[in-house]
Amino acid sequence: MTTVQHISAGRRVKDRLAQGLVYLAFALAVVPLVSVLWLVIKNGLARFDLEFLTHSMRNIGARDAGGGAYHAIIGTLEQVLLASLISVPIGLLTAIYLTEYGNGGRLSRAISFFVDVMTGVPSVVTGLFVLAFWILFLGMPFSGLAGALALSILMMPTVVRSAEEMLRLVPNDLREASYALGVAKWRTIVKVVLPTAFTGIVTGVMLAVARVAGETAPLLLTVFFTDSINNDPFSGPQMGLPLYVFDQAGRPNDTAIDRAWTGALTLILIVMLLNLVARLIAWWRSAARGR
Amino acid sequence: MSKQIQVSGLDAYYGSHKAIEDVSMTIEPRSITAFIGPSGCGKSTFLRTLNRMHEVIPGARVEGKVLLDGEDLYGSTVEPVSVRRSIGMVFQRPNPFPTMSIYENVAAGLRLNGRVSKSESDGIVEESLKGANLWNEVKDRLNKPGAGLSGGQQQRLCIARAIAVKPQVLLMDEPCSALDPISTLAIEDLMVKLKDEYTIVIVTHNMQQAARVSDRTAFFNLDGQGKPGKVVEMDETSRMFTNPSQKATEDYITGRFG
Repeated sequence: MTTVQHISAGRRVKDRLAQGLVYLAFALAVVPLVSVLWLVIKNGLARFDLEFLTHSMRNIGARDAGGGAYHAIIGTLEQVLLASLISVPIGLLTAIYLTEYGNGGRLSRAISFFVDVMTGVPSVVTGLFVLAFWILFLGMPFSGLAGALALSILMMPTVVRSAEEMLRLVPNDLREASYALGVAKWRTIVKVVLPTAFTGIVTGVMLAVARVAGETAPLLLTVFFTDSINNDPFSGPQMGLPLYVFDQAGRPNDTAIDRAWTGALTLILIVMLLNLVARLIAWWRSAARGR
Repeated sequence: MSKQIQVSGLDAYYGSHKAIEDVSMTIEPRSITAFIGPSGCGKSTFLRTLNRMHEVIPGARVEGKVLLDGEDLYGSTVEPVSVRRSIGMVFQRPNPFPTMSIYENVAAGLRLNGRVSKSESDGIVEESLKGANLWNEVKDRLNKPGAGLSGGQQQRLCIARAIAVKPQVLLMDEPCSALDPISTLAIEDLMVKLKDEYTIVIVTHNMQQAARVSDRTAFFNLDGQGKPGKVVEMDETSRMFTNPSQKATEDYITGRFG
């Protein structure tokens, strides 16, 4: 009488095969990532110096070496910050409505639908929209703010979707525990639901930031273009790093091409740095409660 | 502190489905009342109508009257939030807030309602944890997360959290079903101790538990699948378990069905 069966040779082979395929798929997925990073770092390091980080392109001739992306870095930081300031509150409130108040009603289904539609809007269309509405119709000037508006339209659906997912992950038990203590619904959301979902929401916001930080098309039509430093995102043309890369890469000189690579490297670094900061915040928060 | 609950002609619905029908009973202060009955017969639903937690579920509604010392909890001007403040609840699964420490969990009801000083909340936290027989186990690690405790400790933490807001009634929805026998005993001892101060209502699937701790027992049953649950019989626990007046009660208690 044998009750214990041994694993057959066939299953062993299949197991190995499946394992091999998983590793292969992983390697295939990593190849583009590593090669992009490698190329950008290799080509970008040449000009990654203090001058690049502290100077603009003002008075740099077509064939001159030197120059930098300070104006573009400032522009990108300000535009992304403004876009986040606009889209994070709206996106978060939308997600709260959808998860806590909507109850699958007609309005919440409509909002869900339009958020999905927004996710699919090509980035250049958001730029065109801001150009047509904000700049041409309302007569506002080209500015960092106009760029931020276009970016915030891109960010919003990502923020809504990720925050919604995170809020739905909060167990209903916790909401009920809070209600049972005689805590009002909005306080339950602010003090129990949001803190529980905090880490996930931060990650979602960072993903959205990373997505829009590299957008070129919406900026092209809204912040216009400049070689000079403009610290004020509310008036006058600004620059952005993606736009800078786009511009420099299109020029015929090697000096410009080098600057484009370094611009790309800087952009990657900025996004990585922002992600790191977000991780630190999340880590610090969970460490604060002793875990 | 302890108050009497009088329920008359209470129906509860989930959407168009009637979950319980025409329940009337009196729950005496300073005593433990147990609800027993097969799964799905509406015990928990009924319990949740007593502190207006039932209506938290989308589509759920209640008809009928629940009087707390003569005051109708379902009166049109009654604020559900204040009802829940005076009628606390402990759930089947321990559910401490994961983002909060042990201290913050106990103080949650006070702090979230925004009205205490540090020294005041220190006192209430200690008193509540002592009341829940948990103080000695956690007094040295009040700032550690509540989720790090064992299941039984977490449940006592939830009880401490519930009594910290000083309710008049404590509702417990199968508070021991996720716990081992030793933790169950600890909670049962605690219930007996708490009944001096609170009106306690407990839903349980464990008939020995009902027999051990409760003063009065109500037996819930339903006529068939999809039919609403009803109270078959309610009496002194000793009489329910020795000499029930209804055949269905006897069948259930003696294990002939359910």
